[in-house]
Amino acid sequence: MRSTHPKWRTAIVGVAAVAMAATTLSMSSASAAPSTTLKKGLKVFVIPKNLGNSYFTTADSVKSQGALYALKKLGETGQETSGTADTPSSQLPIIQADISKGANALVISATDPQALCPTLNAAMKKGITVVTYDSDAPTCRSLFVNQATPQGIGDAQVDLLASEINDTGEIGIVSASASDTNQNTWISYMKQELKKFPKMKLDTIVYGNDDTATSTQVTQGLLSRYPNLKGIISPTSIGLPAAAAVLDTSQYRGKIKLVGLATPNEMKKYVADGTVKAFVCWNPADLGYLAAYAAVELASHAITGAKGQSFVAGKLGRYTVVADHTIVLGVPFVFNKSNINNFNF
Amino acid sequence: MLSPSEQAPLPAEPVVESGSVQNREALSKGDRLRSLVRWESVLVIALAATVVFGVSVSSQFLTGSNIFNIGLANGEVAIMALPMTLIIIAGEIDLSIASTLALSSSLVGYLWMHGWPMPGIIVFVLAIGVVLGAVNGILVTRLGLPSLAVTIGTMTLYAGMAEIVLGSTIVSDFPASYTKIGVTAFPHTELSYSAVIFLVLAIVFGAVMHATPFGRSLFAIGWNKEAAQYAGIRVKRVKTTLYMVSGLIGALAGVLYTFRLSTAEFDNGSGLVLSVVAIVLLGGVSIFGGKGTLFGVILAVIVFCSLQNALLLTSFPEDATGIVTGGLLLVSVLLPNGGDLFRRARSRKNRHRTSSAS
Repeated sequence: MRSTHPKWRTAIVGVAAVAMAATTLSMSSASAAPSTTLKKGLKVFVIPKNLGNSYFTTADSVKSQGALYALKKLGETGQETSGTADTPSSQLPIIQADISKGANALVISATDPQALCPTLNAAMKKGITVVTYDSDAPTCRSLFVNQATPQGIGDAQVDLLASEINDTGEIGIVSASASDTNQNTWISYMKQELKKFPKMKLDTIVYGNDDTATSTQVTQGLLSRYPNLKGIISPTSIGLPAAAAVLDTSQYRGKIKLVGLATPNEMKKYVADGTVKAFVCWNPADLGYLAAYAAVELASHAITGAKGQSFVAGKLGRYTVVADHTIVLGVPFVFNKSNINNFNF
Repeated sequence: MLSPSEQAPLPAEPVVESGSVQNREALSKGDRLRSLVRWESVLVIALAATVVFGVSVSSQFLTGSNIFNIGLANGEVAIMALPMTLIIIAGEIDLSIASTLALSSSLVGYLWMHGWPMPGIIVFVLAIGVVLGAVNGILVTRLGLPSLAVTIGTMTLYAGMAEIVLGSTIVSDFPASYTKIGVTAFPHTELSYSAVIFLVLAIVFGAVMHATPFGRSLFAIGWNKEAAQYAGIRVKRVKTTLYMVSGLIGALAGVLYTFRLSTAEFDNGSGLVLSVVAIVLLGGVSIFGGKGTLFGVILAVIVFCSLQNALLLTSFPEDATGIVTGGLLLVSVLLPNGGDLFRRARSRKNRHRTSSAS
């Protein structure tokens, strides 16, 4: 007599098949279960473009509820390290030092899209999680946390400036470092958007290296070299206040329009006195917070960074990975006289 | 004629004058050797202390990957310490070597951007390094200008040229076959490529310094330039050669630095010359010239790099490790010369006592 009746055998096989299918489905990357516990005690290094940069201090610090705050809440060991200059030669030795200190995860705002790659790729091979935020290194990270779509950021600034100078005139750009991935991406979208305004011309781009003194100098140089300049875009939170300070003199005020990216606290003075009518931003602390969560999710193998996966980033809610292993924080917000005093960061 | 017993007694110890190379009286070889052996023992003890410190701070200190990192982070500085040793022993200095590094890095980036093949770039840049060194050599020997002033001038000049060549552009798309020196160890070892190059060059420089007439002439020149000239040593030619070698090594360091960081920037290597001089002086080489061993410099390289690395592992802020550089520089100048200073002060006191007693 057979040990199992044929009907039972079919039933067992059927149940087994269903069970296997169910397990496979729940393991598939289409939607990761949010109930996976995140690892604790991970050594995470937050590496902004440079230290002493107020934008990143807001993005990373515990006080502003940025990246280090998120790491603390999650029970990880977080440390902010970087070089003092916004250049890969300054940032890369720090990354190498952090790897040798036993990092489990790196959260990096890249000073250059390629220079960091040999080191970052070797790090990922060793099992270290690499997440970029704010400025990407597209070929050597598992996930990129972007503040807004680069097209949105670029278009918003060009459109703002165009409306202020009646779509006509020469303009200049005061950028950060010539190799910054995010700067160059936004600028390329700006150039695209400028095609919609044939009477506007981009004279040149100058680089302030995210240093106030240098940004002031290059802005002054820009103004003296191009006497017909009508507008300036400065898509950096160090460059914009520096350029505003230069324009905030009787010689220039009102004659040259200025737009860009910066945090509201830095710009309140210039919006109040009319040097800058409007500018664009997002909350850098939220960006750092989200990036920290993404890094811990990845390092805990709760997600792999594939498109469609999602996770809950603490107080910010649920975020989903879009194309090219990217998560977008939100849309750029336009600050002006009517709303700037509602914000404090 | 006085009989030998009536002649004034010779001084009990040789009197060592102040730093001017011209006035230096030669210590006996035994004295020199004795003082150097003492200094190298100090270095060995310092190395042991650093290792103990490092191991206590992190279990990772003596691992292969950390040794790789020590070599990686400091390889170029160590390599530059080699010609600097020879130059300082010969009584001169070359503060422009790190600017040669910067200009070389800029040239590598610039030429790569313009499509030159990498082997051609490397040869060209090394040749330029030799030329830059020759400029230093000619200014110091033919025009007789003090090397401190000359090399401060060329330091600024070459750094400015680096900025003109590359500007604010950053070149970072170098091929992996070259940038791999920044991530992988030399095959069959745990050492970085730059550490291996340093060791090979150290053997070469050591052999030249201690086992060739050229090397011996450096000590002679450092002790007393005029005497060396009269002894038939071609001082100008030797010094010019030293500066050309320094330029060549500076350019090599620039190439290695660029590949290690996969980045060509005009300000690469700025500030490194301080570390190079600190290491050489820490190695027991006298800043006044004429005294030093390459073995001491090798020990100093290892102590310096290990100490910086150990500090890094304690979460010491990266930029504050300059405290280490500065502190070691002071210690390395005070201690070896402290013996001389003390002896001089003592003999001056003795002379006063003797003269007042007579």
